[in-house]
Amino acid sequence: MAEQLISLWEVFIRSRNGLAHKHVGSLHATDATLALQAARDLYTRRGEGLSLWVVPSNAITASDPTDKAMMFEPTASKIYRHPTFYEVPDEVGHL
Amino acid sequence: MATGSIVVTETPLIRYVLRRADDALILGHRLSEWCGHAPTMEEDMALANMGLDLIGQARGLYSYAAEVEAAGRSEDDYAYLRDERGYGNVLLVEQPNGDFARTMVRQFFYSAFIDPYWGALTASTDATLSAVAAKAEKESAYHLRHSAEWVIRLGDGTAESHRRARTAVDDLWAFTGELFETDDGERALIADGVAVDPISLRPAWLETVSAILAQATLPLPEGGWMQKGGRGGHHSEHLGHLLSELQYMQRAFPGATW
Repeated sequence: MAEQLISLWEVFIRSRNGLAHKHVGSLHATDATLALQAARDLYTRRGEGLSLWVVPSNAITASDPTDKAMMFEPTASKIYRHPTFYEVPDEVGHL
Repeated sequence: MATGSIVVTETPLIRYVLRRADDALILGHRLSEWCGHAPTMEEDMALANMGLDLIGQARGLYSYAAEVEAAGRSEDDYAYLRDERGYGNVLLVEQPNGDFARTMVRQFFYSAFIDPYWGALTASTDATLSAVAAKAEKESAYHLRHSAEWVIRLGDGTAESHRRARTAVDDLWAFTGELFETDDGERALIADGVAVDPISLRPAWLETVSAILAQATLPLPEGGWMQKGGRGGHHSEHLGHLLSELQYMQRAFPGATW
């Protein structure tokens, strides 16, 4: 009965040098505020990051592994989609 | 090889530093007692983290006391080799953990006091105390937030959590007055700008506590009679038992290192 009140949350951290939040794990909490605090206590003990996201796990829609072939294999042979045929001048820097 | 208790030569500054360190050590020890026993894994980590924060604060302060006393002592000597009467912590922090509500209420009452206290102490004319305070304030800010959020959820929760939270508030209220006590030695340090006058922080403390208890649908206790004695080394029946666990290794194996 109590299990329905405590939901699962996924935790994402952006590190000091990072550009994007990365998934680091999950935790159980009853609401968003406590989920954020728990994420801070569980996943940032070693200075892992500067920014935390917590997302209820049931808000995430994931692709079905059995659809891997249909979803992702067709792109493997379409190299014309890759921006690798241009010479990028050094002054442009990181694209 | 010394196996007995040490007796500290206490100047007002040393007594002041040891009191702050003892508050942190004893409360940190109480939180460590939850390790492996907390209601959820997340809380087990949170309580252990808070305990470690407090023990870290104690270490910094005991090391400073050692430097000031200049009697060749280490931080461990103060933590593990004093008798119960030598400890100057407030009675609030030595109270047993009880249930989770009691632990959170105790933490809340203490953190609502110590967070503004550390904030004010960053302006101390004593450089070491100012540095300790700057670091400790960030930790205590989190302890305050964590415990306040729980007090709200426990108070404004189920009938059982409300009952337990209410009992905790009513039982621990009489220990909150001691947080604001000073004595002559400490007043001299306050006048020198070394220490902070805790009484000046009481209005803000009461405002914080009232606001959170109101959100938690818990009544603010009335009644002004407050327990005291801890600052003078006169402790409740709990500290002796706590110290017998805390000091066991050092007393059984004097001088042990690893």
